[in-house]
Amino acid sequence: MSGYEALRSETALRNRSLHEKVVSLEAAAALINDGDHVAIGGCMMSRTPMALLWALVRAGRRDLTFSRSIVSSDGDIVVASGIAKKVITSWFSQGIVWGISRVMRHWVESGTAEFEEWSHLAMGLRYRAAAMGLPFLPIRSLMGSDVERRLSGETREMVCPFTGEKLVLVPALRPDVAIIHVQRCDPYGNAQIDGLQFMDIDLPMAAKRVIVTTERIISNNQIRRSPDRTKFPFFVVEAVAEVPYGSAPHECYGLYEPFFRHMDLFAKMTKEDPERGSRDYLQRFFYEPRSWNEVLQRIGMDDLLTAASGGRNVHDE
Amino acid sequence: MNEVGSATRSWTTSELLTIMASRALHDGQIVFAGVGVPLLAATLAQRLHAPGLTILFEGGVIGPFIVPGDLPPSTNEQRCTRRANMVCPITDVLMLLQRGFVDVGFLGGAEIDRYGNINTSFIGDPDHPKTRLPGSGGGNDIASLTHVIVAMKHEKRRFVERVQFVTSPGYLEGGASRHEAGLLAGGPEVIITDLAELGFDPVTKRMRIEALHPGVSVEDVEANTGFDLDLADPLRVTAPPTDRELEMLRELDPDRLYIA
Repeated sequence: MSGYEALRSETALRNRSLHEKVVSLEAAAALINDGDHVAIGGCMMSRTPMALLWALVRAGRRDLTFSRSIVSSDGDIVVASGIAKKVITSWFSQGIVWGISRVMRHWVESGTAEFEEWSHLAMGLRYRAAAMGLPFLPIRSLMGSDVERRLSGETREMVCPFTGEKLVLVPALRPDVAIIHVQRCDPYGNAQIDGLQFMDIDLPMAAKRVIVTTERIISNNQIRRSPDRTKFPFFVVEAVAEVPYGSAPHECYGLYEPFFRHMDLFAKMTKEDPERGSRDYLQRFFYEPRSWNEVLQRIGMDDLLTAASGGRNVHDE
Repeated sequence: MNEVGSATRSWTTSELLTIMASRALHDGQIVFAGVGVPLLAATLAQRLHAPGLTILFEGGVIGPFIVPGDLPPSTNEQRCTRRANMVCPITDVLMLLQRGFVDVGFLGGAEIDRYGNINTSFIGDPDHPKTRLPGSGGGNDIASLTHVIVAMKHEKRRFVERVQFVTSPGYLEGGASRHEAGLLAGGPEVIITDLAELGFDPVTKRMRIEALHPGVSVEDVEANTGFDLDLADPLRVTAPPTDRELEMLRELDPDRLYIA
């Protein structure tokens, strides 16, 4: 059976009916298996499904491959906690204002975790190819670079049969699971995203399974009043978990900005000794808290309110 | 503080770099700006001489006006979207480069070579790197698909004969090699540093000095460059930062997030 035939039969077996699929955060994490390729929605410090990553770290998943357009401290956390063996992305560091991530450097330079680098558009077209049910898409970047050379064998060059121009073909990237955090979703999985969409329209179409975490669960009637805001359809979604501030300390557009003071704390804790620093950080904010609310309590009300105040500014003139 | 060119004014290297970079952008252009100095310089240009400059950000933003003092920490947060005309998926905003709607891409870089190739991936052997850098992001796509302005500090360790890793292609091995590799459009146009403006010979594609910043000599530039530079004829001297440029820049970045 070809890859496409397998894709069609897997998809045909999925329960695509309009049914409720609300689960707890812990139950959502339990849907992800050791060794899975997990695509993380959002980008950089935005709409990161951080609460679900928290639950995955606590559940002690192993040998996961993560992919994302760009990773920030989420990348640091999945390598430092040992749940990831590989990260496929275009850019990996907490953020330019904090310098180059010491955690990424430590784990990648020591060979403990692999950082497979693609260009940003290549990541996008790989997800899009998978979303389109195609094995690859052509791209006009990557050529002549060491980024392409280092991916030896992963890409192909071709001469266009119509124009004779040289093109690079990037292979479809089909995650086992996509995890996406959104502002609103109904119990069936109709997900609405405000503001920046990143790759979160292609991701759920590309993945074999989709888990949504949402700031709020709203009714299906509410969805039906503004269906133009629904960014991916219910039938691609397997589970929905309601997690207010589920992207903290990253941002969720229109609701809260990155928790800058907390991001400073993470950078500071991991700067001198990334191994010990991240162990201490994970202990305090991942292993000890027994619920996501307790994580938020530990991050603190001041940071949360500052982030929320900034988040709402987006609507100012 | 660097006080070249003015007895009465002083500015930091980052301020000089940002101001000089902002002058390279023109009203009516569409610029794809990376985070840091590019973002700040594009915003500065918009506030001074190029109010009709359309900025694109990688996070999927078309035509924003950044709020002074509320600079985004990357090009992927809501601060990038202030007063934007449109937000769209990342893949689609990057596709505008491939489609040819973008006049100029604006990048920073860790390391650059004589043909304008940029490395933001590895220091040392990629298999056993001394330092793993954050990587391409959209840099490879921007450099592959459009004309590029690069803003970076002028240091010998950053201006090297040959980059250790081509993350974002310039003119590759010079001459027609970029075109032959399949990159049919774009290429680096100007490299702006805290010492000079550099461009490329139209035929050989070797880097050359186009203009010196006030108070800087050719020897100063050469001493901070790891390869021989050609000289444009005539060699220009840039005008020093004006009070208006400095005031506006400091208003945009009062916390000195990018102009430290």
